[in-house]
Amino acid sequence: MSSLEQMYQQVILDHAKHPVGRGLVAVDADHLHGESHQVNPTCGDEVTLRVDVLPGVDGGPARVAGVSWEGQGCSISQASVSVMTELVSDQPLDEVARLDALFHDLMGSRGKGLDDEGVEDDLGDATAFTGVSKYPARIKCALLGWAALKDSLVRSGASATND
Amino acid sequence: MTTTEVGTGPSGRTFTPAELVAVRADFPLLGRTVRDGKRLVYLDSAATSQKPQVVLDTEVDFYEQRNAAVHRGAHALAEEATEAFEHARQQVAALVGTDVGEIVWTPGATTGINLVATGIQHATLGRGGEAAERFRVGPGDEILVTEAEHHSNLVPWQELAARTGATLRWIPVGDDGRLDLSGLEAAGGTTGSGAGRADDDGRGGAGLINERTRVVAFAHVSNVTGAVAPVSRIVAAARRVGALTVLDACQSVPHRPVDLHALGVDFAVFSAHKTLGPTGVGALYGRRELLEALPPVTTGGSMVEVVTMEGTTFAPPPLKFEAGTQMVAQAVGFGAAADYLRELGMDAVCAHEAELATELLRIAEIPGVRVIGPATVGTLGQDAGPEAGLPDRVAAVSFVVDGVHAHDVGQVLDDAGIAVRVGHHCAQPLHRRFGIAATARASASVYTTVDEVTAFREALAGVRAFFGAE
Repeated sequence: MSSLEQMYQQVILDHAKHPVGRGLVAVDADHLHGESHQVNPTCGDEVTLRVDVLPGVDGGPARVAGVSWEGQGCSISQASVSVMTELVSDQPLDEVARLDALFHDLMGSRGKGLDDEGVEDDLGDATAFTGVSKYPARIKCALLGWAALKDSLVRSGASATND
Repeated sequence: MTTTEVGTGPSGRTFTPAELVAVRADFPLLGRTVRDGKRLVYLDSAATSQKPQVVLDTEVDFYEQRNAAVHRGAHALAEEATEAFEHARQQVAALVGTDVGEIVWTPGATTGINLVATGIQHATLGRGGEAAERFRVGPGDEILVTEAEHHSNLVPWQELAARTGATLRWIPVGDDGRLDLSGLEAAGGTTGSGAGRADDDGRGGAGLINERTRVVAFAHVSNVTGAVAPVSRIVAAARRVGALTVLDACQSVPHRPVDLHALGVDFAVFSAHKTLGPTGVGALYGRRELLEALPPVTTGGSMVEVVTMEGTTFAPPPLKFEAGTQMVAQAVGFGAAADYLRELGMDAVCAHEAELATELLRIAEIPGVRVIGPATVGTLGQDAGPEAGLPDRVAAVSFVVDGVHAHDVGQVLDDAGIAVRVGHHCAQPLHRRFGIAATARASASVYTTVDEVTAFREALAGVRAFFGAE
């Protein structure tokens, strides 16, 4: 498989064509919600993402109830938001934070992927972006949606900081 | 305008195949490969050009043999360094048809535009005394730009308007990517549909250039559409109302004969790094009397005559605008680049690139590919004054591919070793005007070959299939 084919895996092309979560949806009044607009100023790609957070009950953890978004951009940025939407939905916030860190590690791997295959499996379809990490100019495309999610969670009040 | 007769400049002579081979051999970088041994096809010269060996050698020679502080010190090296620095100014002045004292070194074209805009602001604050009164702008005055500008010739004017209370207006761009001058002057003309002003106060009816216009800043050639602006017409209209003209010549000077005196503009900027020269240096041209009157912006060492604790008198231009240690080696390299181009002959460069523009525009034959900008290369008519007979667009062609984002287009081309620019090319308003976020752009220079353009077209033809676009 050429580098180009490694970058544009079929799963990425499929997500770009049939994105998950596209189209902003209203959030229940008794849920937390946050919205973030992120732009990549070098290429003009943008995403507006809304997160719906189900507050924890009886000391249980808060969870991402759903993610919806609007955006335009290259297939990498759009597919990455789509894959992320699937991955984090219904996950507790600490797991979302762990996945975010794993995905950032993957993007820093220069095409090598993560050392721990078991951990890598946790990223599901998002491992398809390993090929992207070989191209420094495209990594920010793949991270655009993740930046919007992190910021939305902060804005929702569900996550305390935006480290 | 005609599409069959390509403007080639007065001589009409292009490079012979042997000459083009020799030109390419002058550019060491063109010999390298990229992405696992693929031949490099460099079609991003509008972003920055590659450099001929003589430019690299000149810079090295300066550091190895002549390096010293210029315009200070009386030792032998200081003399030689100053001579090289000032000789470079002559070389650059000769390329664009100006007097040597009318060329100010700047770190780049962006800084040059900011120098003029901020100088005008300083004049408005009263600096420069009576001589600088002609530059003053304020509430009720208008600054005119175009919708096609690179951000570097837009944002400084937005800032000047915000700081002085002047109004920013702009010439709209038509569907063909050319400036729509239908509303340029009143005389019964109508303002173009997209003609705008930041705070329309109902004074509609006046032309875009009217008695309130103080500055008209525009690009000679758009870095996105490749279209050549009707400089003579805009300059004539600006002169009638006493407005200053500021020409962004970054995309013209490297590619066609440019005679700034003949064009009659008041100020112009261009950059070395797009003109086969080094990064870190550019030039600002100003008509001598204007440079004499314009207050300096950056002040400090080297730009002064007499300094007392109470005040300072400034050196005459161009030194008045060159405070601090200058980019001497880069300026000397820029001089070598200017000579290199003049030796090739700007008529021949222009004719060569007109051929390449025509070849680049053939991408429109590929299903799903749409060119943003003039679709053909025509010839400027007699109304273009000193530019009559020259091509009406350059070999910078922006395009979109239906169903595939520009970034993805660029990636597939890159995989074939073909370097194009993707994004908004620092011209967001122009992209917004066409309803697109990003385009891909292929641009040529003296060393580009038809063969390279053919390779580009072939790779581009496979892009939609790769992404399964229907």
